[in-house]
Amino acid sequence: MKLTLWTYEGPPHVGAMRVATGMKGLHYVLHAPQGDTYADLLFTMIERRNHRPPVTYTTFQARDLGGDTANLFKDAARDAYARFQPEAMIVGASCTAELIQDDPGGLTEALGLPIPVIPLDLPSYQRKENFGADETFHQIVRHLAKPMPRTANITCNILGATALGFRHRDDVAEVTKLLSLMGITVNVAAPLDARPSDIARMGQAHFNVLLYPETGEGAARQLERTCNQPWTKTVPLGVGATRDFLHEVAALTGLSPTVDESALRLPWWSASVDSTYLTGKRVFIFGDATHAIAAARIAATEIGFQVVGMGCFNREFARPMRAAAKAHGIEALITDDYLEVEAEIERLQPELILGTQMERHIGKRLGIPCAVISSPVHVQDFPARYSPQMGFEGANVIFDTWIHPLVMGLEEHLLTMFREDFEFHDAAGPSHHGAKAVARVEPEDAGGFTPPAPPVGYLETENAKSGAAPAAEPFWADAAERELKKIPFFVRGKAKRNTEKYAADRGVTEINVETLYEAKAHYAR
Amino acid sequence: MSLDLPATLAKSTGCRDTPVLKERGQREVFCGLTGIIWLHRKMQDAFFLVVGSRTCAHLLQAAAGVMIFAEPRFGTAILEEKDLAGLADANAELDREVQRLLSRRPDIKQLFLVGSCPSEVIKLDLARAAERLSGLHSPHVRVYNYSGSGIETTFTQGEDACLAAMVPTLASTTARELLVVGALPDVVEDQCLALLSAMGIGPVRMLPARRSGDLPAVGANTVFALVQPFLNDTHAALTRRGATHIAAPFPFGEAGTTAWLRAVATEFGVDDATFDRVTAAPRARALKAIATQSAELVGKSVFFFPDSQLEIPLARFLTRECGMTAIEIGTPYLHDAIHGPDLDLIAKGPTISEGQDVEKQLDRQHAANPDLTVCGLGLANPLEAKGHTTKWAIELVFTPVHFYEQAGDLAGLFSRPLRRKALLQAGANA
Repeated sequence: MKLTLWTYEGPPHVGAMRVATGMKGLHYVLHAPQGDTYADLLFTMIERRNHRPPVTYTTFQARDLGGDTANLFKDAARDAYARFQPEAMIVGASCTAELIQDDPGGLTEALGLPIPVIPLDLPSYQRKENFGADETFHQIVRHLAKPMPRTANITCNILGATALGFRHRDDVAEVTKLLSLMGITVNVAAPLDARPSDIARMGQAHFNVLLYPETGEGAARQLERTCNQPWTKTVPLGVGATRDFLHEVAALTGLSPTVDESALRLPWWSASVDSTYLTGKRVFIFGDATHAIAAARIAATEIGFQVVGMGCFNREFARPMRAAAKAHGIEALITDDYLEVEAEIERLQPELILGTQMERHIGKRLGIPCAVISSPVHVQDFPARYSPQMGFEGANVIFDTWIHPLVMGLEEHLLTMFREDFEFHDAAGPSHHGAKAVARVEPEDAGGFTPPAPPVGYLETENAKSGAAPAAEPFWADAAERELKKIPFFVRGKAKRNTEKYAADRGVTEINVETLYEAKAHYAR
Repeated sequence: MSLDLPATLAKSTGCRDTPVLKERGQREVFCGLTGIIWLHRKMQDAFFLVVGSRTCAHLLQAAAGVMIFAEPRFGTAILEEKDLAGLADANAELDREVQRLLSRRPDIKQLFLVGSCPSEVIKLDLARAAERLSGLHSPHVRVYNYSGSGIETTFTQGEDACLAAMVPTLASTTARELLVVGALPDVVEDQCLALLSAMGIGPVRMLPARRSGDLPAVGANTVFALVQPFLNDTHAALTRRGATHIAAPFPFGEAGTTAWLRAVATEFGVDDATFDRVTAAPRARALKAIATQSAELVGKSVFFFPDSQLEIPLARFLTRECGMTAIEIGTPYLHDAIHGPDLDLIAKGPTISEGQDVEKQLDRQHAANPDLTVCGLGLANPLEAKGHTTKWAIELVFTPVHFYEQAGDLAGLFSRPLRRKALLQAGANA
């Protein structure tokens, strides 16, 4: 048993739904109790799809358990075929149905439906959503794709995009454009928007492009085995990775990797003077391994941040994640425990978080800006506009997305100069969130004499929260605490931590304004 | 549109005797775990621990709109392979997780162990676990258990199961007191209490209470009124404790609120003059607000998919107070004792359906082509994409809609989709 407040991944049958909902002409019959139909709203509300997921649930109830749930499944499968007339069907069980051990595969086989029926074995109590998607796509490819003669022109398949994926729709379009610049046509992109009949003709492509290893690597390996198709290992996220990807494709095809880069703006935007303020900003990265690893490379080499922490929630990719972190001189955090990630962010006090919707939330709580780079997703991760992450346009989008949560260069200078501005103080709230600024009430003791009682504020609550013995903590003199509060909120956490460490290292028990500035000088870069 | 009809007339024109279309098939309804989303905010010193699977955790997250709360007062103890092997092990694991949780959150006074589909199927005995844990952690923490599983409950039944689990533990009293039952947003609860108090009814107790220290006592002289139409088990549990139910239409809209208050006032012997003095002004406000909001609704047809069990009182509100016609009123469960007073007031005509076979019901909805379809989140956008105008049922649960001051807002929830459709069509034709 494991206590969780929030979870990064759903159960494996939700992964199977992401494949089924991404495809057309495929139907999923899921042995599941009524509550499991909630998963439909992930697609109809979060992704704003205009159709219901192609899933029929058996919706068994407690009173069915002593009776014949197997027949309930058979009826549901028969009815689903009659109503939807799919080209192929996938069948499986959710976590509860797994416990009652009806055999969806065997039961459907007995029906003798005139279409391919693909049984899914997704162990709910061991595996999670990404595994479910990968395995489902793998099984569909295993059952439907067969070796066949190659197309006359050089073609490839694009693997791994699913429904509810982080910017999958636009990534596929962008990579398709990129490949066409090299003279390569896409044979089939799957699972997203493919039909079972498309899967059947995947064998005629010359090679495969794997965009999302989390959801497509099983299929890539399967196609390599059965159809002798090599697959690309570089995911084209960021400028460097996109160029590496083009070279990898060139090596597979003998075509030139040189393509028109005139639409690429990230390198110049990064080099322009306004970006100077981005130098060495401390960034924490967390997400699925593929996006997090790519983000670390972009952050360190294309934007000039300092990666102070990185990690992923999917243990299946722990090895490449650890290797990537090592290259940045840090230890990877591999966990699916939201509280562990929160503790690490609190400890590191980064200036920017690149994460999932979970980290966006952690950031909100800790007052640290965050840009979303990976699933789990939220309705805002499905923007109306074209907004890929991959290829050169994806790099442009990433630059804007990551820089946006940080204060713009000139604005930051102004804030540092006039940090006691009566309208621009912490309690006013961010101006772009529609909050009305409330002018700060200046304390009457602004003249300098000591107030009779120390204000119960930031430091007291911090101490109370950490539960540490107050004596062990360096004590902040009132003046120093007031000075600390003048520091813009987005760097205050770091300043406080650095000052306390500086004081502790030197055995200083009372922090005064001097200590604060000595620490600032000490840690200045 | 008065509700003061002779009982015989109401009987002869209402839907109470209409044969009910009972359906069993695929249901597009949340499970009872979802009640946690509002209950954990309502009971401020409570924590809801689902003993379930990753699916349960994922459901709560999706239902809560992906992370509204930084520190939710609910969590999931996720069953893993090793828990399924032996139950003794699962109990020890549960005790450990509860210990961890309570030491992390010392402010918790009430802990609800919530059963899920998998914990029901493997027959994990949460009642005994709750007893054991109550012993371990009392008097600081009281541990309850109930099932929110999808094989036992739909959506709002989770609140019913939760409140019903609390009833046997409530203290006994012989006082003649009014107990108002059902979770309301604090602002609405305060309005309700103000109206009752102005009529001289009191003290009034609430279930659930905001804090465990305010839990009501119950006994043979307790009379209770429900403010939510899905509290069947709680109704039964209170009756078993000797309390008496005041049957009434639910306090939706002006007429519903008046009827509900009238039933309570009659029980407490409030005279007509007092009743009229207290209700006149808010009644007038409510009527005015409904009239403004329902201009778009008059003469339009409405079709309800089953979702929250609010459907019958809402259909009564829309047909009697907003001038709409109901084509089908679907509800997950129909309870005559609770829904009867509202059914009496719905004119004969609509199909009343209980349970669901979603594909067949979609066929009926398509054939009827109603002006407005009330349905859950899984169906709303797909129906919109086919040109239907929908109202997501979820807002009816997550928005303050009870009593006079919300009557206009309630009508507005239904008129806004129609108004929006008209605006967009006007824009497209301009």
